[in-house]
Amino acid sequence: MWRTLARYSRLYWEYLVQYAKVRWEYRGDLIVGLVSEVTYQAMSVVLIAVTFQLVPDLRGWTRAEVFFLYGYFLVPGALFGALAGGLWDVADKYVIKGEMDRVLIRPAHPLFQVILEGVELESLLGVATGIAIMAWAGERAGVVWDWADWLVAVGLILSSAAVYLGIYMALAATAFFADGRTGLMALAWNLNQYGQYPPNIFSRSLRWLLSTALPFLFVGAYPGAYLVRRGEWGLFAWLTPVVAAATVAFALWVWRRGLRRYTGAGS
Amino acid sequence: MMATYLELIRIRFLVMLAYRVNFYSGILTYLIYTGGYYFFWMAAYGSRESLGGLSPTEMTTYLAVGWMARAFYFNHLDREIADEIRDGTVAVQLLRPVSYLGQRVAGALGEALFRLLFFSVPGLTLAALLFPVRLPTDPKVWVAYLAALALAFVLNAQINLLVGLAAVWSTRIQGLTWARRLVVDLLSGLYLPLSFYPAWARAVLEWLPFPAISYVPSLIAAGGLWGRPLVLALVRGLVWAAVLAALVRLVWRRAARALTVHGG
Repeated sequence: MWRTLARYSRLYWEYLVQYAKVRWEYRGDLIVGLVSEVTYQAMSVVLIAVTFQLVPDLRGWTRAEVFFLYGYFLVPGALFGALAGGLWDVADKYVIKGEMDRVLIRPAHPLFQVILEGVELESLLGVATGIAIMAWAGERAGVVWDWADWLVAVGLILSSAAVYLGIYMALAATAFFADGRTGLMALAWNLNQYGQYPPNIFSRSLRWLLSTALPFLFVGAYPGAYLVRRGEWGLFAWLTPVVAAATVAFALWVWRRGLRRYTGAGS
Repeated sequence: MMATYLELIRIRFLVMLAYRVNFYSGILTYLIYTGGYYFFWMAAYGSRESLGGLSPTEMTTYLAVGWMARAFYFNHLDREIADEIRDGTVAVQLLRPVSYLGQRVAGALGEALFRLLFFSVPGLTLAALLFPVRLPTDPKVWVAYLAALALAFVLNAQINLLVGLAAVWSTRIQGLTWARRLVVDLLSGLYLPLSFYPAWARAVLEWLPFPAISYVPSLIAAGGLWGRPLVLALVRGLVWAAVLAALVRLVWRRAARALTVHGG
């Protein structure tokens, strides 16, 4: 057990070193990527700012609270993107091109390799901007933090990131069954923006869908609402780790069954 | 000459027709975006009757029409041109007896017309079933709308040409094309109408070419733009189209001279 852990930690480190070398070779692209990401986040900030010039509240949520939700929403998304972005390549790179062959003959867990080959540490920028927005908005919303709240916040953020991991791992694994692209990941990606808004702005049926089959409200809205408002959103916040465990378990099951169907690209 | 361009438009239309399945998920994607902004803005309206001069129904129509129109005018001309400049295929294109930019725009128009028929129209129909959209019934409004939409295509294409040609001077324009997309989407009024912005921002934006891409046509369809202001908005768009056409010509002339194609 400990030896496996030590071995995987060393492997992890080796992957990161290789990754850093590659990125440094193309540092121009890196800067462009970072600037685009900041621009994208700035646009969402502009949208919220303009909205609250017009209205004092968004179905009962103040400006500071809506900013806080947005800040929270950025952090798990950035964590997921940075650490597990490799899931995006499953259909094209590993199934259609058949690179899974290469992964499967190496003596390390295939999922571990797929995830690490797609690491994108520059996405961690979103963690920084998200925390900055949360700190700024939290103060204005009058949130008081004690040390236990910090622990809860970290736990919720990790759970939200795990919800992302579960959803996208399961969707990525559909490529094994379809022997190619299914487009489901891209569709879900468009839907996950719904997680940045206050949870009560959606119609009842949509909220139900976003809490169950595609639980994107757990990547932002619910835990964020609890952190900024406490009380009323507690139940949903505590459900976040449960949903995370369930989606990841389900995704692992789909992944294993999918991998068993993998036959290579035949070349 | 015109016949050549018509043929280019027709061919691209047929090529798109062959891959039409790809568009079903596109329609769903645009509905998801429309829905996100719909719920966001309806929460902002709350019990208010009007924001920035638009009622909730007009705002819903504005959003649905705006997103489905984007399916028509949106294209990757800048990236296509940049790619051709980088890999040198532009040299072959230049040998052909048709204007290079002209054939590119004709292709983009063929694609746009395809998307208008197979994406925008069914997409808007679905949006009208899902959300309380109220489309205009007066054919005169539709004529004005289509005129504004044509102008939107022209302006958007011109902006994309300018961005794409930047690849002559720097092959790394990925970030620029990305920024172009964000800036055009935000400043054209796709996410929110110009009338929602603070007065100072609106005063600046009104003089830029962007509102004619989304704000003007969508507002016509929502029933919020008619008479003198409509004429003024269209004239402003036309003037911009003329200015940008001159600019594209100028940049293209300099680009053609600065262009370097290696080997091949």
